[in-house]
Amino acid sequence: MDTNFSAEDLAFRQQVEQFYDDNFDDDLVSRLLDRRQFRDAIIEWQQRLFRQGWVAPGWPEEYGGTGWTLTQKFIFEDVRASKGAPDVIPFGLIMVGPVIYTFGNDEQKERFLPRILNSEDWWCQGYSEPGAGSDLAALQTKAERDGDDYVVNGAKIWTTYAQYADWIFCLVRTSNEGKKQEGISFLLIDMKSPGITVNPIPTIDGVHSLNEVQFDNVRVPAANLIGEENKGWTYAKALLQHERTSIAGVGDSKKKLATIREQAGREQSNGAPMIEDPMFSARLAGIEIDLMALEYLELRSLASAADGKGPGTESSLLKLRGTEIRQALDELHMDLAGYYAGTELGEQLASELGHDFADRARNSYMYGRAATIFGGSNEVQRNITAKYVLGL
Amino acid sequence: MDFKLTDEQNILKDSVTKFVADRYELESRRGYLREENGFSADNWQQFAELGWLSVPFSEELGGFGGSAVDLMVLMEELGKGLVVEPYLATVLLFGGALAEGTNKELKTSVIPEIIEGNVQGALAFHERDSRFCMHDVATTAEKNANGYVLNGQKTVVYNGMAADKFIVSARTSGARRDESGVSLFIVDASSNGLSRAGFTMMDGQRVANVSLSDVSVSNDQLVSDLDDGLAVLNALSNNALVALAAEAQGAMQVLYESTVEYSKTREQFSVPIGSFQVLQHRMVDMFGACELHRSLLYRAVCSVDEDSANRDPVDVAKNLHALKTSVGRAGKQIGAESIQIHGGMGMTDELAVGHYVKRLMMINTCLGDADYHQRCFAALANA
Repeated sequence: MDTNFSAEDLAFRQQVEQFYDDNFDDDLVSRLLDRRQFRDAIIEWQQRLFRQGWVAPGWPEEYGGTGWTLTQKFIFEDVRASKGAPDVIPFGLIMVGPVIYTFGNDEQKERFLPRILNSEDWWCQGYSEPGAGSDLAALQTKAERDGDDYVVNGAKIWTTYAQYADWIFCLVRTSNEGKKQEGISFLLIDMKSPGITVNPIPTIDGVHSLNEVQFDNVRVPAANLIGEENKGWTYAKALLQHERTSIAGVGDSKKKLATIREQAGREQSNGAPMIEDPMFSARLAGIEIDLMALEYLELRSLASAADGKGPGTESSLLKLRGTEIRQALDELHMDLAGYYAGTELGEQLASELGHDFADRARNSYMYGRAATIFGGSNEVQRNITAKYVLGL
Repeated sequence: MDFKLTDEQNILKDSVTKFVADRYELESRRGYLREENGFSADNWQQFAELGWLSVPFSEELGGFGGSAVDLMVLMEELGKGLVVEPYLATVLLFGGALAEGTNKELKTSVIPEIIEGNVQGALAFHERDSRFCMHDVATTAEKNANGYVLNGQKTVVYNGMAADKFIVSARTSGARRDESGVSLFIVDASSNGLSRAGFTMMDGQRVANVSLSDVSVSNDQLVSDLDDGLAVLNALSNNALVALAAEAQGAMQVLYESTVEYSKTREQFSVPIGSFQVLQHRMVDMFGACELHRSLLYRAVCSVDEDSANRDPVDVAKNLHALKTSVGRAGKQIGAESIQIHGGMGMTDELAVGHYVKRLMMINTCLGDADYHQRCFAALANA
């Protein structure tokens, strides 16, 4: 039992760090932080990764992956987070890409995969519906066969970045026979199709990322069906596995914790830095200890996957604890900002306010409430763990 | 990166598992606790024959030269069995002080006796007001022509009634809470001026309050360098903390698993209580606490066992503080939930549940509780 990295692994880490030093520059960072420039900036960043050949470490090499070992993937993710770089937009690269190369036909692979890899197409996810949240299989958006097309009617909700998207991958109902999971199909839909309406949903973080997408007699070529009709639930479940392996967010939480500790050394209270406040210091230490445990839970999960045992039973736990820790850090960050914590800067600058992190702490706290809701709510994760791990 | 056990470690694990299965039915355990010293002398001889008493000692002292992982494997299985023999007190605290100490004569004479199972020892380092601070020492050792004279009161000495020998922390210079000026002495239980009063803790272990009244010791009874006993105490805690955390892991595992099993068989409202979502979620959190504690345990043993070239002492210390914090927090969570989900049966002395819970609570208070270690962790992390 050991956690030593090999000399090759350490050399790899240096190579990745060098790439970040050369490519993740200050100009890009400031554009990523500016909501108005975010879309173009994140595409530019993903294209830099693509040109390096590193945009899809999770994909098989034949489709444009890296062929890295699990340890290398872990190192790559760790460096990304430590540099404060954003994750790639997941909908194409993490979610639909693997479904297409696993279950799609050759024509679909040739048509869609290259444009996902080079970020030409922006994808969004059409799963949840107004009447189907945690009970996803209750979805009602209908796709009826009409000649060479499906005709789609219904509505999807909580669709992140639908306003930017060229394509949406949808779970649609193609049958009402048998169990509700068995009448679902996986359909790729062009967002420019007539009959699609995108309605923004303003959220409590003050940012427009979520939408409702309505489908009114939208005609979709049957060639855009993934795999077989009525097998979409199986494909979607396979995708959820991909979504969940990296969901612990260890690297990002480590970065946030280090930022909070650094800022707490500057923020003053009663003539002393907040880091010397016993209550604050104890809370920070408590969260760091939880995060250290989570980090090794993830390493154990990686090691077990490398042995061919699959991420398995820990994956729900990684999501549960990862999101709880993220929210605990957001809460501590808000508290550190004191009465500045409510600030919504909007068009104003942090320098005009006289406080450099309050607005971002607020934004992260409010948006971060979603972490325990999306990707299968934490209550659903507990149900899954009770059933499949505890055998209840 | 690899979290698998070696073949040798699997053999060690199997031998402890077998011992526990053969000798640690709850009724047998009650019998051992009723014996004079609160454990079985026969079992102790078995420990010696199976080589377990040699695990942490170096090969030149006749030991096995075991790693932190070896010790973890042994202690986790002992924890599952709720084993009462004083491995921690004699081997890791008393023996650990000798091994980490600087007195070569004592190492070569006493450690082989520990390994053979011929000696019971105890480390007398608690005092009434010292709490978890090992350099808060009011007991004095005054120099005279022949050596030193010890005076003071040592409290809650683990294995203090069975001990043939004690290692006592006493102040040879400085003020009561100075880090420097603490020295360690080995003292025979039969020494003139030493008296002890025994009592029983909630987990069944026998401890003693030890009174030292003009106890004379010679210079060669000094275990540490003069005034530098704290370094020895700090060093021996590395192994002892790993051992306690591994023992706690075993106890938590048994509690979590037996609670889930119980919930599948206990019926109320005509269904197993494990079908209730409110209980399922609580048991998932017990599972989570168990797995996260194991993750910190692996993190700590891997850092302790790291080659000296790559070993970062601050990193090791942080990992151990985090681990012992988790022992207290996870142990209490799992313990309390186990009793709650067992309902009235969880309150009975008949079931093993309560006995595991009480052992976990005693492990929390041994060598610093969760709050103490979280405070130490914060001090290091903010430094």
